[in-house]
Amino acid sequence: MTVKELIDSGKFEVVNVGAATDTKITDVFCCDLLSIAMSRGIEGAAWVTVMGNINTLAVLSLTDMSCIVLAEGTNLDQAAKAKAIEQKITVLRTDEPEFKAGLYIHGKLG
Amino acid sequence: MSDTITLKYDVSTDDFTRAGEASSDVKRKLKNMNVNPEAVRKVAIAMYEGEINMVIHANGGVITVTIDPDCITMILADKGPGIPDIAKAMQAGYSTAPDNVRDLGFGAGMGLPNMKKYSDDMKIETELGVGTTVTMKVFLAA
Repeated sequence: MTVKELIDSGKFEVVNVGAATDTKITDVFCCDLLSIAMSRGIEGAAWVTVMGNINTLAVLSLTDMSCIVLAEGTNLDQAAKAKAIEQKITVLRTDEPEFKAGLYIHGKLG
Repeated sequence: MSDTITLKYDVSTDDFTRAGEASSDVKRKLKNMNVNPEAVRKVAIAMYEGEINMVIHANGGVITVTIDPDCITMILADKGPGIPDIAKAMQAGYSTAPDNVRDLGFGAGMGLPNMKKYSDDMKIETELGVGTTVTMKVFLAA
């Protein structure tokens, strides 16, 4: 599944579409501690987290994960949203818990 | 790649909105130089952790990155409070980060351990009240 296909599934609210929507989602990664995400983040993974600050975007781009999915009703703060638009990073959100959001994406990976 | 390239970055005090910019820039440049992806990942992680540490603990500082054909060297120098107990600071899970930093998702006590894990060589020179200089090397396979 590509990032675009995840967007088109309609399951998640789109915070920012981003540019690399043809990127293939390789896995699902759930984590809220940025140092752990930094060292364990999986290239190409959809990252499900409740951390919606500017550092989340930095970790995503440094680890080459494919997109951010904010769970539990969280959203990007204002600075992070501006940065996501500037850096063309795909960010989605949902009211569902991390596990359910991650499970949904995992089920679509095939 | 035959010449030595030196990059220098000022890391701002307490500015979490810019933390990671230096690491991202180095990562981008290394990718453009076709450095092998595993080395790029190691440099990005080690440098990002160091950069964040400088913002959290040391009132910022200066990062100098030297790219040689066989090695990438990162020198992170700050004029912060110094590290009282390096062995303790190196323990995974040990952190002195304040609550406002933890709220941002940091403070897991993984900074220095990640820096050591993802660099091939790491040296810490610290003096209380004077500052800390961390030198990390990532070797490039021939």
